Amino acid sequence: MKGFFAHRIWVIAPPYLWMLVFFALPFGYILKISLAESVIAMPPYSDIWSWTEGQFSWLGSLDNYRFLLEDDLYYLAYFNSVRLAAIATLLCLFVAYPMAFAIARMPEPYRSLCLLLVILPSWTSFLIRIYAWIGLLKNNGLINQMLLAVGLLDEPLLLLHSDFAIYLGIVYGYLPFMVLPIYTNLVKLDHSLIEAAYDLGARPWKVFLTIILPLSMGGVVAGCFLVFIPAVGEFIIPDLLGGPDTLMIGKVLWQEFFVNRDWPVASAIAVVMLTFLLVPIYFYRRVEMKRLGVTP
Amino acid sequence: MSLPEVPYAVEVMNLSKHFDDAIAVDQVNLQIRQGEIFALLGGSGCGKTTLLRMLAGFEQPSEGDIRINGVSMADSPPYQRPVNMMFQSYALFPHMTVEQNIAFGLKQDKLPQAQIAERVSEMLALVQMTAFRRRKPAQLSGGQQQRIALARSLAKKPALLLLDEPMGALDKKLRMQMQLELAHIIEGVGVTCVMVTHDQEEAMTMADRIAIMDQGRIMQVGEPREIYEYPNSKMTAEFIGSINLFKAVASFGSSSCELICNELSNRVVAGNIGREFEGDCYVALRPEKIRLAAGATLAKENSIAGKVEDIAYLGSHNVIHVRLNSIEGQAKIVQVHVSNFVRHAAQTFELEQPVVLSWDRDAIVLIKADPL
Repeated sequence: MKGFFAHRIWVIAPPYLWMLVFFALPFGYILKISLAESVIAMPPYSDIWSWTEGQFSWLGSLDNYRFLLEDDLYYLAYFNSVRLAAIATLLCLFVAYPMAFAIARMPEPYRSLCLLLVILPSWTSFLIRIYAWIGLLKNNGLINQMLLAVGLLDEPLLLLHSDFAIYLGIVYGYLPFMVLPIYTNLVKLDHSLIEAAYDLGARPWKVFLTIILPLSMGGVVAGCFLVFIPAVGEFIIPDLLGGPDTLMIGKVLWQEFFVNRDWPVASAIAVVMLTFLLVPIYFYRRVEMKRLGVTP
Repeated sequence: MSLPEVPYAVEVMNLSKHFDDAIAVDQVNLQIRQGEIFALLGGSGCGKTTLLRMLAGFEQPSEGDIRINGVSMADSPPYQRPVNMMFQSYALFPHMTVEQNIAFGLKQDKLPQAQIAERVSEMLALVQMTAFRRRKPAQLSGGQQQRIALARSLAKKPALLLLDEPMGALDKKLRMQMQLELAHIIEGVGVTCVMVTHDQEEAMTMADRIAIMDQGRIMQVGEPREIYEYPNSKMTAEFIGSINLFKAVASFGSSSCELICNELSNRVVAGNIGREFEGDCYVALRPEKIRLAAGATLAKENSIAGKVEDIAYLGSHNVIHVRLNSIEGQAKIVQVHVSNFVRHAAQTFELEQPVVLSWDRDAIVLIKADPL
């Protein structure tokens, strides 16, 4: 028996090792940089401690974080990112839920086909797919040309470089991440529950609100997290489709790293962003555990 | 039997359901009385579930009509019918408590809160589940879930209660107990009830009347006793209980019916048989209505000799297979039930022992041979 338990470690170890190497270590490194000072050197940041002649001295500081608090650019960028990501997540939910619902109710061969169609665009590079939207949305792009040709418009609509384009990009790019968890949830839903609700006198809309929606909430919440979290830090979509004054934290982060070459401030931004995102994840886990009857 | 002034609670008129090219329900006519427990009994694929689902409104009939208390249900969706169903899987809403489950139907009628609460308490008391009112369905045992499912389907005082394989999800021991209890509650409430089952014992225990279905058609309708003692076709005879069937030709004397039966060489006489059975028919004998005795001496009528082929001890009774001597080449086996009235009664018989089977004139039921 001892041998059996001793070997369990080899099953549990890989995921922990993965988390350690690809999450904990890089995060520790970023945390370290965020406490350093920007210097013109290679690498472009100072040490946060020194070890000279057996004497340890601490050189790190929270100055970078203080800087983030002082400049309201960062507040605005965080706030704007959360706002854009939240609205885009909601829009994504409204598009994805009916899709997932329809696919879950399809007979089998069509169901697999439609799921494949949902995932299929992901086989092309994300960057290229977002880039392609520029061709559709720009002033002399396909959409404007068609609308002008039909005579619905006299002058082209400003579609590109707007919040609208960002919403469109996020909904388009992250749709599969919303559809799949909701679909997985709905397809497991016992059809007799829906029939029972009808049988007890609930009209279709009421059946949806009181039975189907609450029972698929797990999928909805999972989908929203899968879209919201990457959307907050999204860089490609605001950079390609957003306007020059679109303030999103991903873009600010990129600028700090590559334009200003201020790695410590950029690292501080990343640490704060991660901390922000941990809060909703923590609450989500609490709710899920309660729902599953697990005591944390 | 039925008084003409008593209106039928449910009338099924010429009801058919076609799925693509298959006929699930074929020209069914039924009248179900007020307050009756009516069972649709049949094997899988006989159309009983489709018929039930049409009553609930989940399936649209291809032809025909359903009337509940005289009102046609043809255009009513399930949520507008005065019909409630207890599902085979119970279909309790997992995210709601026991109370909320029972209140669900009442809330749809927009009853005042106080009235809903009162009705829910009443229902919980009826099924003796008051102590579990705040539990979620997952925290209940199978039998408890069934009680809640019943309470939920009775809460709205439906004109018709439907039970879909009510004991399907329970283990055998609990089944017997719940059959009686369920029937008791339903009779107490006085609701008209149609149940679907493939289990004849369940149908006979719970139902006032049974309809035997086969290939989408109703084969026979009657009280359990009637169907068991007087099956009207080979199919119903074989479906309910065990039976021994022998081909015969019936001819009528002054008071009795003489049967010429090649498989039963001795003289076979039946009593109380209508003239309509004249000609080709089957002699049907239930295994428990045959007497078994050791020896080889035949009586003047209704007896035949054979050898014990097999003995199965079932506790309450023994099933003994006897191979008849009558026919050469072909081994006709007759099933006989010997009750264990005396302890070790069946041990008096041994394999290959010569025995005589005999039965009363009244034990014989005649079944018209299927016209070919």
